[in-house]
Amino acid sequence: MSGIAIVDERQRRIRSRNRALLLLLLGVVALFYLIALVRLGVWS
Amino acid sequence: MSLSAFETSTVALPQGLVPTVGDYFALLKPRVMSLVVFTGFVGLYLAPGHLHPLLAAVAVLCIAIGAGAAGAINMWYERDIDALMERTRRRPLPAGRMTPGDALGFGAVLAVGSVIVMGLALNAAAAALLALAIGFYVFVYTVGLKRRTPQNIVIGGAAGAFPPMIGWAAVTGDVSVTALALFALIFFWTPPHFWALALYRAGDYAKAGVPMLPVVAGKAETKKQMLLYTLVLWPVAVAPALLHATGWLYGAAALALSVLFTLCAVAVRRDSGERAARRMFGFSILYLFLLFALMAIDRAPGLFAVPGFTR
Repeated sequence: MSGIAIVDERQRRIRSRNRALLLLLLGVVALFYLIALVRLGVWS
Repeated sequence: MSLSAFETSTVALPQGLVPTVGDYFALLKPRVMSLVVFTGFVGLYLAPGHLHPLLAAVAVLCIAIGAGAAGAINMWYERDIDALMERTRRRPLPAGRMTPGDALGFGAVLAVGSVIVMGLALNAAAAALLALAIGFYVFVYTVGLKRRTPQNIVIGGAAGAFPPMIGWAAVTGDVSVTALALFALIFFWTPPHFWALALYRAGDYAKAGVPMLPVVAGKAETKKQMLLYTLVLWPVAVAPALLHATGWLYGAAALALSVLFTLCAVAVRRDSGERAARRMFGFSILYLFLLFALMAIDRAPGLFAVPGFTR
């Protein structure tokens, strides 16, 4: 693998990991929001 | 970040690559997780009481994440022996696709997170049991037993037996005799399941210095022990029906499947090669899956009446 290809691959992996992390964080926020709704009896 | 930490990561990842999302997912041992999730769900489903579907999903998710976290920490601790075994040498850590710190951090965050969410969304009993299961797998099995005794998977099997009990506790807030019966089922199933694998991977385990029973006591003794455990499973597998947690459809099927499992162990004793052991390992997974699936089917509303049991 050439040096440029390695850098490109590295950038691609960092981008995909950041996207996954963002989705995970949004999922956790949404999960806590939904849990709060259920526990408060708003959504039963 | 210190210079030494940077150098460590550069050395571990020679091509300057960062781990992929798939590498992180592989740390969670997804194949093991699927059976854990399923047994946890059935424990939750069988428990008397009502749970909001979202909270039920959260409970199953926490069990899955907790089990995955324990798997990630296990891979961090066992990276040296994983590199020596054919079955495990392509995992992210021994293959050099991830630094040990990444794996440990990932596992620890998920372990703590899953217990906290379980405690906040469900109840303290379920959270405590989840923490106990993770702690048991990491400290008792991985650190304490695996490299020291051939009874490693007998005692360590308790860690994998927790999920249905956690699912049950998520609904009821406590642990009943039926939940303990589900625990016992997986506990006594684990030794013949693992030893079937160890029989045809004995060379791998010997190379890595892991004292699995076939390595320490020999194949003949292992096969005898496997047969004994399958016999113990007969009453244990039928116990949920005896406790009226399921109907007799399950009871009869559990007995028939247990007889088949014992026949597999008999075939392993007679076979001097690997074929019967490989077949028994495959059947052991199907056996546990079918038992828990039948419990759920037997308890499905309107399908079969369960005498003397009210939800």
